[in-house]
Amino acid sequence: MIRLRVNGTERSFDGDLEMPVLWYLRDVLGLTGTKFGCGMALCGACTVHQDGRAIRSCVVPVRAAAGAEITTIEGISSKGLDPVQRAWMDHNVPQCGYCQAGQIMQAIALLKSKPRPSDQDIDDLMNGNICRCGTYQRIRAAIKAASKAMERT
Amino acid sequence: MTGMTHIQNVSRRGFLKDALSGCAFVLGVCYLPSVAHAGTTAGTPADRATFHPNAFLGLETDGTVYIIAHRSEMGNGSRTTLPRVVADEMDADWSRVQIVQAIGDARYGSQETDGSQSIRKFFTVMREMGAMARLMLIRAAAIEWSVPVSQCESGLHVVEHIPTHRKLPYGELAISASKLPVPKKAELKLKPRTAWRYIGRGAGLYDLKDICTGKAVYGIDARIDGMVYASIEHPPVLGGKVKSYEDREALRVPGVRRTVLVEPFNLPYGVQPLGGVAVIADNTWAAFQGRKKVNVTWDLGPNASYNSDQFKKELQQTAHQPGKVVRNQGDVDTDFARGGKTFEAEYYVPHLAHATMEPPVAVADFRDDKVTVWAPTQDPQGVQQSIARELGIRQEAVTCHVTLLGGGFGRKSFGDFAVEAAVLSKKVGKPVKVVWSREDDIKFDYYLPVAAVYLKAALDSNGGPTSWLARSAFPPINSTFDSSARYGGWELEGSWIEVPFDIPNIRVEVGPARAHVRVGWLRSVASNYHTFAVQSFIDDLAHKAGRDPLEYLLELFGPPRILDLNIPGYPQEPGFALDIGRLRRVTEMAAEKAGWGRRKLGNGRGMGIAVHRYSLTYVASVVEVEVDEKGGVHIPRIDTAVDAGTAVNPANIKAQLEGAAVFGTSIARSCEITATNGIIDQSNFNDYPVARIDEAPYQTNVYVVESTAPPSGVGEPGVPVIAPALCNAIFAATGKRIRELPLSNIRLG
Repeated sequence: MIRLRVNGTERSFDGDLEMPVLWYLRDVLGLTGTKFGCGMALCGACTVHQDGRAIRSCVVPVRAAAGAEITTIEGISSKGLDPVQRAWMDHNVPQCGYCQAGQIMQAIALLKSKPRPSDQDIDDLMNGNICRCGTYQRIRAAIKAASKAMERT
Repeated sequence: MTGMTHIQNVSRRGFLKDALSGCAFVLGVCYLPSVAHAGTTAGTPADRATFHPNAFLGLETDGTVYIIAHRSEMGNGSRTTLPRVVADEMDADWSRVQIVQAIGDARYGSQETDGSQSIRKFFTVMREMGAMARLMLIRAAAIEWSVPVSQCESGLHVVEHIPTHRKLPYGELAISASKLPVPKKAELKLKPRTAWRYIGRGAGLYDLKDICTGKAVYGIDARIDGMVYASIEHPPVLGGKVKSYEDREALRVPGVRRTVLVEPFNLPYGVQPLGGVAVIADNTWAAFQGRKKVNVTWDLGPNASYNSDQFKKELQQTAHQPGKVVRNQGDVDTDFARGGKTFEAEYYVPHLAHATMEPPVAVADFRDDKVTVWAPTQDPQGVQQSIARELGIRQEAVTCHVTLLGGGFGRKSFGDFAVEAAVLSKKVGKPVKVVWSREDDIKFDYYLPVAAVYLKAALDSNGGPTSWLARSAFPPINSTFDSSARYGGWELEGSWIEVPFDIPNIRVEVGPARAHVRVGWLRSVASNYHTFAVQSFIDDLAHKAGRDPLEYLLELFGPPRILDLNIPGYPQEPGFALDIGRLRRVTEMAAEKAGWGRRKLGNGRGMGIAVHRYSLTYVASVVEVEVDEKGGVHIPRIDTAVDAGTAVNPANIKAQLEGAAVFGTSIARSCEITATNGIIDQSNFNDYPVARIDEAPYQTNVYVVESTAPPSGVGEPGVPVIAPALCNAIFAATGKRIRELPLSNIRLG
């Protein structure tokens, strides 16, 4: 059995510890905001934060999250909208929306490490997140807007 | 009202509250309002509202308006745009509108969300539904005030008595309006354009906030009480069958319950399950793991001899031979026989997979010879039919709930995965969620057919064509439903058969081909290969003639006119005739905005243009490219002009065309499905790469032509112009002509 925190709540899990965090979140906890896209850390749809760092939850076994704090899109949203979410809405980023929770989680982590990201930073840190609808230019604009908004506060 | 309260309780917000506290499993069916009335066709909140003049809307006494979204939302915007048309004609306050997703039900008309047809086919219907409600509310107010109807008008969510400025809110009129007879269509007065509130003004998606907070519910998020999870090992080759299988190791995987044989299809395969062995488990992960441990011996069947390399050669040979003539004008043969200058070229576009971010997934519950299914489907009525046929039950015994779709692009018009869930639910006696892995999705898609295209022109002394011979060979999508089909039919509409050029002699042909993998439609379907070929060929001809490609193209269109094709069987829908003036306008607009011929580009840079019409929408794109020394392709800018008739939701038009530029970039750059011994070679985003943020166009500018023509769809038409415009730009930048996709197979450095 392992213990971990998910969105601030203590959890224990005694199932298959090889189960990726993604499926633990979705099928065991019912936190379905985090999406399955590829199962191989190729698309970023499953991006969540482990101790504030972006991880691809489809390839990280629950075992590796023992003692960690996992934050999902639901956790980010529970305290009101994050500036990144607000920017996403202002720019009408989503189309189908399926990848966007992962994009938002990745962008939040990006802005933590690069509060004023260049285009190259955005390319480097967002190119693991695929959007098949093709909302990339709005993602880029929303990240820059969120960066500005966070600078002001 | 008790029904209403119940509905609110099982709404998706309610579900997510519980999900956040981690006890989602305690709920029954968790999210879709109409679930509570599964099996009935009169069960929507709109139907149960106090005033419900038609199937598409309802008004409560508190002023809440329910509007039905009967088409599927996959990022195309129809769940927002169509209800806004209803709200506009009703003069309803958008902030008081709740959208209700329809189940599959023939009373809404076609729900098959494809072909960019939602706005084109339902704009007027939606207006009439709203206008009907408005008229009845006005009549109810007139009775209330005992004044002539002519003195009353609607305002925002109110009816006003103009002479006295008295107002009655819509909610207060709901009861009296509900007692009035429904007006006839002829009595309805649609608003003049100048009175539109929402039509023509952009709007963000209705689900925007839910999407950005992780609350939006997709097919993969559907869950019902007692549900088990299934992952299916499909036959590796189309038409393969299970000879025998061993599941001992699979059953040892923690969480795996059992395995189930899924019967193979009978031809034509249509939307039947592929067959195989299903692993039933307590969660998705266990099902995936168990599947790896199932040892299946297959009878691979006749398609095991299919090799895409060999097939490509056969298709190219076919495209070189005379095919079935589908359009003939003038006399191409005599013109070619003159012995003047000619130019010929051939083009090739491989099979393409949709790769929707949400793979195929569905939940089905079979009980008492009835099925309730939740699916991210583009075609809920099709799902009803397919499940009914597969299980030998009546279509009315199948209730299909439509979730949000994590991408569709045509893949989710085929409900095979929903049929699988229904079949398995019947076999295991529990609700079943079937989840396809990405590998399943890439390997068992309904691929866009591979195509070989041959074009030949006879040229006059100025390098202008006097004859146009066009031959195309591709496995027809009709063969999905008719195994004997060898020739494409409706695929030839649009850019292939129309030939929007002022050329005296035209012959268009199609050659026979047989599919060895499942084939289906993908975002703009055959225009992906036909527009690529035609628009690349024109650019080639322009350069051969030493002319500027834009000038050459405009000259080739000839003067603005309506092109009456006069081809037997060609669609006669009003507004279908090709308008060369509109084609010219988008071409000129894209070029003008891109600075064609005016903007100096540096070394290794170039611009290319392409234009076409698809599903009544005219699109032109100018792509600017930079090719670096290593042959790396960068796309700093695309300028797209679109004429979709009346722009119902301009914000959505822009979004769709921006997205289409990226989708088209993927097709041009890197998408290719190949097969060896009948088995698809690709499996995931590593070997079926799609454009990422650093490979996509950096900036796509979209310009919407102002028009009062009937509205047409925008989900697809922006895609096919991208590959030819990009390849034409690469030619301008490097002198290298590309006639085969994808670019990843070609060395540019």
